Amino acid sequence: MGKLEGKVAFITGAARGQGRSHAVRLAQEGADIIAVDLCAQLETVAYPMATPEDLAETAKQVEALDRRIVSSQADVRDVSAMQAALDAGVAELGRVDIVLANAGIAQQGGPELDVHRTWDEVIGVNLTGVYNTVHVAAPRMIEQGDGGAIVLTSSTQGLTGRGGDGSGATSGYAAAKHGVVGLMRTFAHWLAPHNIRVNTVHPTGVATPMVVNDVIGKWIESNPEAAGMLANLMPVEILEAADISNAIAFLDSDEGRYITGVTLPVDAGFTVR
Amino acid sequence: MGKLEGKVAFITGAARGQGRSHAVRLAQEGADIIAVDLLDTVATVGYPLATQEDMEETVRQVEALDRRIVATKADVRDGAALKAAVDDGVAQLGRLDIVLANAGIASFAPVEEMTDEMWDDMIDINLTGVFKTVRAAVPHLKASGSGGAIVLTSSTAGIKGLANLAHYVAAKHGVVGLVKTLANELAPHMIRVNSVHPTSVDTTMIHNEQTYAAFRPDKAPADVTRDDVGEAFQSLNALPIQWVEPVDISNAILWLVSDDARYVTGVQLPIDAGSVIR
Repeated sequence: MGKLEGKVAFITGAARGQGRSHAVRLAQEGADIIAVDLCAQLETVAYPMATPEDLAETAKQVEALDRRIVSSQADVRDVSAMQAALDAGVAELGRVDIVLANAGIAQQGGPELDVHRTWDEVIGVNLTGVYNTVHVAAPRMIEQGDGGAIVLTSSTQGLTGRGGDGSGATSGYAAAKHGVVGLMRTFAHWLAPHNIRVNTVHPTGVATPMVVNDVIGKWIESNPEAAGMLANLMPVEILEAADISNAIAFLDSDEGRYITGVTLPVDAGFTVR
Repeated sequence: MGKLEGKVAFITGAARGQGRSHAVRLAQEGADIIAVDLLDTVATVGYPLATQEDMEETVRQVEALDRRIVATKADVRDGAALKAAVDDGVAQLGRLDIVLANAGIASFAPVEEMTDEMWDDMIDINLTGVFKTVRAAVPHLKASGSGGAIVLTSSTAGIKGLANLAHYVAAKHGVVGLVKTLANELAPHMIRVNSVHPTSVDTTMIHNEQTYAAFRPDKAPADVTRDDVGEAFQSLNALPIQWVEPVDISNAILWLVSDDARYVTGVQLPIDAGSVIR
């Protein structure tokens, strides 16, 4: 019997990368999934973003585990679209117990035609999007009265500013990911009386299309100093999405039943280097 | 198949409480155990410490899981005794993969009333004892050649200050310094080093007359019940619970030492019902 039998998880950015990995990992433990992804390109993002076909592939992989999934295309910045996605999932799956605010963008290495536009978009997706995700789901979790677990995906850039170069991309990313820690702490207070736990994970580089792509590759090549600063302490170049999913599965399960308000790095020692 | 099949874990303070829980939880996942405990009194500790019978019970519980255990009476303040215990354990069990520096004591006093002996015992056991535990074990971890995982038991008092516990808070903060340093020293060997930070855990270390007197100075210690202190303990936490169970800490440690956390190092992991953010 899986550790999350009978639970329903609401996951943003679920079309591919870490989000898909989380959906599959939690489904392996018995959870049904409410999946959301933008499935469209943003102008300030230089690498190709997820597609409707990617989201369909996530659904296929979850269903192959005999779990149910309700997928929606929605922008985390659009609170009414997010509410509709959550409501559609709950209507079919009956409840929501777990929230993974995973959707995020990285604009590092892009052309950055308008620094303010870059800043606004990453703050919108990576910070306001997290706020929206929790706010559409938490009232339902409180009403259910069975507690729950929320994990917000921050970053090593939520704990350090290494590699900062004054661009809208690095400034906005670090500000948003630090801001997610603030959201986690205030949400942890808000939701503790309801036995709903809230934590952050802080991955170092993970082998997903957001990190392993031509744009980031060229940026690292042309900024060897920044790349050196972004190296891990352990002799490991890059993590797998499953490493983050395993941490989240632990935090969401009863094995983490009294863990809340915690910033959990999964970072090969990056932040203690 | 367990998550720790074929591994050997060295655990201090293993006779009862969290240490016994860790031994049993890791054995359930397939690990063999090298256990040490003081099994003696410490003059400045005002509650009964673990006994030979406690250690025998830990041995019984691990062996009931069909795992092997080498149990030794050893003081974490005695570097030579610790080295002998871990050397002997490795000689019998063949290798070493996991180290849990769990042994610790508690006592209470405001700084101006804290004696030299209280301070020295606390730093010697809760900080220097951790250093000596790790020092005795690291050569064996390196010799095993397949990486490893060390978890040091700190406390919420390793992240925040608590009145009447200056010595304990200093020792538990010091443990965090050890984690950060060891993570750097041992990363090239794929040996990971992390700390756990429990809030109050339902063990003898909190349920005793010494602690009850500190939490309920209004009543005679012998008259204080679990319920009398429950509310005070709950006020430390954000989640509406009084204390956590030893197995909650064991589950966090199991995750940290397993392959599920293969790239987690240098981390302070609270299992604290939100105590640190309160």
